[in-house]
Amino acid sequence: MIVQPVLVVAAALFSLGIYGILVRRNAVMVLLSIELILNAVNINFIMFDTMLADVLMQGQIFTIFIITIAAAEVGIGLAIVLMLFRNRQTANINEFDLMKW
Amino acid sequence: MEIFEIVTYFVLLLLVSTAVRVVTTSNVIHAAISLVFTLALTSVLFLLLSTEFVALVLVLVYIGAVIVLFLFGIMITRAPLGKNAELDNDKNKKLGAAIAGSIFFLFSYILVNGFEGEVVITSGSSTELLGEILLSRFVFPFELVSFVLLAALIGGITLARKDEALIDEDQV
Repeated sequence: MIVQPVLVVAAALFSLGIYGILVRRNAVMVLLSIELILNAVNINFIMFDTMLADVLMQGQIFTIFIITIAAAEVGIGLAIVLMLFRNRQTANINEFDLMKW
Repeated sequence: MEIFEIVTYFVLLLLVSTAVRVVTTSNVIHAAISLVFTLALTSVLFLLLSTEFVALVLVLVYIGAVIVLFLFGIMITRAPLGKNAELDNDKNKKLGAAIAGSIFFLFSYILVNGFEGEVVITSGSSTELLGEILLSRFVFPFELVSFVLLAALIGGITLARKDEALIDEDQV
C-alpha cells in the first residue's frame, strides 16, 4: 500500500476540522470539528506505526491513549456547553463574550 | 493486491466526502451522523492497515459512546433540528476556507515530497503483542489515563449539576 494518499487524506481531515472550528457558530458543532482533527492525528499515528513496523507499537498505544483522552475531553466540553446554555439560553459561541476585552 | 488498492482508495474517497459533510451541512443531526460514517470508515482504514485492536476501540469508544454524548448535547442545548441557516458564521467562511486550504496545501506538499515511494507492508494480527506491551512497558501511563478519566467523570458531574447554593440565593 502506498503511503502518500492516506497521509494526504489525514491532512484533508485536519484542515476540514480547522475550517469547522472557524466557521461553525454552535459550540457542539465546534466540538465535532475537534473530533475530526483528533481523528486525522489518529490516522497519521497508525500509518507511521505500520510504516516503521515499530517493535514496541508505540503508534498504536498512543492512538489508544488519544481516544481515551478525547472521550474525557468530549465529556467535559459538553458539560461546559450545557452550563453555558443554562446560564445564557444559547449555545452560539459568538454570544459568549464575557472574557472579551 | 489490485483489489486491495481499489478498496483503499474507495475508503479514502468516502472518508473525505463524509468529513466535508460534517463541516458543511446545515443540519446538526446530519453532521453527527456524518461523523459516525467518518469514524466507521477510519476504522475500516485501520483494519486495512492490520491494526485491528485500535479499529475496534475506535468503534466502541467513538461510535458507541462519544456520538451518543454528542446527540445528547445537541438535544439538550435545543439546537434547532432540521435545516438551520444560522448554524454557520457567514462572515468567517471565506477566511476559514483560506486558512484551511493553505494548511491543507502546505501539509500535502510536505507529505507528498517527504514520503515519495514509501510503501507499507501490512503484517498479520498484532493484538496479543499489543496487550503485552500495553500492560508491561506502558502500564504506568495506562493507569494514569484511568485517573484522568475519573477526574473527567467527577468534573463533568460537578459542572453539569444544578448548583443548589445559587438556587437558594435566588429564592431568598
